[in-house]
Amino acid sequence: MNKQSNTYTVIYIIVLVVVVGAALAFTSMSLRDRQIANANADKMKQILESVRIPIDNKNIDKQFAEHITDLLVVDTEGNVVKHGGPDDMDIFNIDIASQAKLPSSERQLPVFVCRLDDGQVKYILPMSGNGLWGAIWGYVSVDSDGSTIYGAYFSHASETPGLGAEITRDPFRNKFIGKQFFKDGKFLPISVVKSGQQPTDGSDYVDGISGGTITSKGVDAMIDNCLSPYDAYLQSLRH
Amino acid sequence: MAEKIKNKTVFFNPFSKNNPVVVQILGICSVLAVTAKLEPALVMGMSVIAVLAFSNVIISLLRNTIPTNIRIIVQLVVVAGLVIIVNQLLLAFAYDVAMQLSVFIGLIITNCILMGRLEAFAMANSPWPSFLDGVGNGVGYTVILLIVAFFRELFGSGTLFGLQVMPDGYVPNGLMILPPMALIIVGCIIWVHRSINKDIQE
Repeated sequence: MNKQSNTYTVIYIIVLVVVVGAALAFTSMSLRDRQIANANADKMKQILESVRIPIDNKNIDKQFAEHITDLLVVDTEGNVVKHGGPDDMDIFNIDIASQAKLPSSERQLPVFVCRLDDGQVKYILPMSGNGLWGAIWGYVSVDSDGSTIYGAYFSHASETPGLGAEITRDPFRNKFIGKQFFKDGKFLPISVVKSGQQPTDGSDYVDGISGGTITSKGVDAMIDNCLSPYDAYLQSLRH
Repeated sequence: MAEKIKNKTVFFNPFSKNNPVVVQILGICSVLAVTAKLEPALVMGMSVIAVLAFSNVIISLLRNTIPTNIRIIVQLVVVAGLVIIVNQLLLAFAYDVAMQLSVFIGLIITNCILMGRLEAFAMANSPWPSFLDGVGNGVGYTVILLIVAFFRELFGSGTLFGLQVMPDGYVPNGLMILPPMALIIVGCIIWVHRSINKDIQE
């Protein structure tokens, strides 16, 4: 057989691609459940990070179920439209990145209600936005007064290490603790500003990361876009 | 007998005299990227060993059937398939590490060591020597990764494999975490390596 002929070459590559494709499909199918479980555990860990609970990397789903008492979906009027337990996957799996692109009145707004070991109740709100190179996301936990930030967690897909990627580290995250969403009864999202500057609207602010200006602006925009729709719900917590 | 000695050279040569990183200067990009900590460096090394060994064997088995004008495409398909399988396995069994290595597992496909070995060795040799060559080169690569990661993690984070080894008062050197430091350490390794092996000096 002529191994350099066109027919041979075409048949060869078709067979090869089909075999490799089948092998990949088989691997993907057989590992899918485990991968989804891992991705969910990772998300649970991130949610718990925002309430500053020391996390043991094993049995994350158990720790999640211990602390998270309710999963809620609220609307921009502050009404609870859906209520589920910690294992309500429909609410847990709401894709914040795609919700954040909708007009705020059409969004599903998830709230993770968390009870700490000492009985305090915290409300965890998810966020998603864009940094310099790719997606950024995070979780903010709010005290039961609906205004004071208890903790914040940020993560990113591909920000620059040492610059924009610093948003994931404690020095930046801890700056959010104790900041207030409400000023004189009015909801103002926390601003992230250049060090030394102040936001013009009088909202509480934290300093951005020097050298990570666009990532910092991304965090600022993300907080504004994703948390403003919770205005009415947080108001209702205050009363 | 001659065959045995040859296999031995094939396996051990890439450790030092023909090391893919410090002698052939291949795969430098991933050395910079994944060596801030020992654990991802080790997993990356194992992944490269696995992909290199199996792709060498597969290409070696196919070598007499591959049409010459699409051989590079065939090599790429085999390597890409194996890399995706490795990535899927990591996502299922070592999720944290898979997240840390992020795009670099996918970029094993473009690691010059792989295409270099496939084209230079597996296309011309039988499966067993090809397997040894793949493992040998993979180990040669991993050894360099681990040496670099050892220094970077020790001085950059004060830990080894995540365990604290430096005394409490030690202030981690942030420069060690940044990629340029990996390049400097690789440079030092090449310097030491060539001072010992005078015959590979140019």
